[in-house]
Amino acid sequence: MKTLVIAEHDNTSIKPATLNAVAAAQALGGDIDILVAGENCSGAATEAAAIAGIGKVLSADNGAYGHQLAENVSLLIADVAAGYDNVVAPATTNGKNTMPRVAALLDVAQISDIISVESADTFTRPIYAGNVIATVQSADAKKVITVRTTAFDAAPAEGGSASVEAVAAVHDAGLSTFVSEEVAESDRPELTAASVVISGGRGMQNGDNFKLLEGIADKLGAAIGASRAAVDAGFVPNDYQVGQTGKIVAPDLYIAVGISGAIQHLAGMKDSKVIVAINKDEDAPIFQVADYGLVADLFAALPEFEAAL
Amino acid sequence: MKALVAVKRVVDYNVKVRAKSDGSDVELNNVKMAINPFCEIAVEEAVRLKEAGTVSEIVVVSVGDKACQEQIRTALALGADRGIHVEVVGRPEPLEVAKLLKGVVAKEEPQLVILGKQSIDGDNNQTGQMLGALAGMPQGTFASEIKIDGDKLNVTREVDGGLQTLSLSLPAIVTTDLRLNEPRYASLPNIMKAKKKPLDVTTPADLGVEIKPHVTQLSVAPPPERSAGIKVEDVAQLVDKLKNEAKVIS
Repeated sequence: MKTLVIAEHDNTSIKPATLNAVAAAQALGGDIDILVAGENCSGAATEAAAIAGIGKVLSADNGAYGHQLAENVSLLIADVAAGYDNVVAPATTNGKNTMPRVAALLDVAQISDIISVESADTFTRPIYAGNVIATVQSADAKKVITVRTTAFDAAPAEGGSASVEAVAAVHDAGLSTFVSEEVAESDRPELTAASVVISGGRGMQNGDNFKLLEGIADKLGAAIGASRAAVDAGFVPNDYQVGQTGKIVAPDLYIAVGISGAIQHLAGMKDSKVIVAINKDEDAPIFQVADYGLVADLFAALPEFEAAL
Repeated sequence: MKALVAVKRVVDYNVKVRAKSDGSDVELNNVKMAINPFCEIAVEEAVRLKEAGTVSEIVVVSVGDKACQEQIRTALALGADRGIHVEVVGRPEPLEVAKLLKGVVAKEEPQLVILGKQSIDGDNNQTGQMLGALAGMPQGTFASEIKIDGDKLNVTREVDGGLQTLSLSLPAIVTTDLRLNEPRYASLPNIMKAKKKPLDVTTPADLGVEIKPHVTQLSVAPPPERSAGIKVEDVAQLVDKLKNEAKVIS
């Protein structure tokens, strides 16, 4: 069996989500190659070659793939997939954007967001905001799979010495062009890869008050997240959102501040190892999943918490 | 231009769905059903484009059993002009829905197709992208803002790192994210008017699509339960527990 893993990268380096997808591919068994599609992406390809257990790295380095435009990259992946039994990508916004197009081009189903590999054709995946775990079996000869990264421990980023092969094929559908992006610069760890996450909700009252979380995040080396309510209210940008349709996180420590705990938010964080909830409403549903609950006014508790660290 | 909006009938987002005790399926008896929230945002966006004079006609389509006509009527009450019900028994998979929608696109020739980014039952996040590939159309998924500029569509997308803006040639597909708009409520007069709007029923055979299962759901189960935690008295006790009991901070 041969599996092609689609790398998540920024052209210069490999994102941690790739390592989780490689781990899922290892659970499938057989040979694993990695496709790095990008523009001036030799840095990412070199890093991909160092991942333990990889056969070879296929590097498709062309302007058509520079911004991961789904129309172009899906044509490339469907083309390269001819030699593989499985195509696996992390369920990042890139993976979610591109992989269904790949599946449709190959006339197969996509198995989204798997959390375990039961056998070569059987997987588990959360449905209904994670309130139910479904076991599903694919009848397709070629499988297109996206992986919930928090469910698979990252494969080692070092230890491999795969060869890098250039892919000459250029697929430019000519349907879409990149205009601009607004990417938040931050020295903090990436939300989905952080070992500690501190999130604020509607109870934070405004964006300025998220500064109360920043001091704590700096001391704990934490990433900062938010509930949908806080993002909708404009306190913080969309890339902070943790939940069913936002980011899925499973850190060692998740601190929910001023978050009531709607099922859609719980879907994004309830697999965290230790959950702390700080909320002044003692009946808030977040306390039902919290290991440690503190019923308190967050404006008093947060400065005290920061000082105690 | 003509806009096609796809809507899905799903369990209401406030319902906490459970697996049946025998693990055969989820419990859907006597559960409140509603239009998928992301699809509602799709309808609202089309209505706003019509109000702005950009869109001339809104066609709403749903794939499912007869009951989904209720959700088509909801969309008509929100401002869509006419409905198409593709009658299918059971639960078609995203690939089959995309093939059926491609058939509708071929007949209706819309310049813009708006769908929700995912349905909150299967959480697949696939149909819009699959339709894009099948119909050879570009896609702006997870959209938080769209602007039509001549024969181009500018879409701002919510991505992991922040926001990304793309320019797409028309006809194009948009899948909605939460921040695209805040849907209105249907007024009573509009609900009454919606009952008289045209609603055509078609079948997979009419659209030349054969429904073929690719994925079988073998069983469902509840997720692992978290054991109940404790309430701490104050911040000092919280820090102590995190350091000495959970050992997650030092």
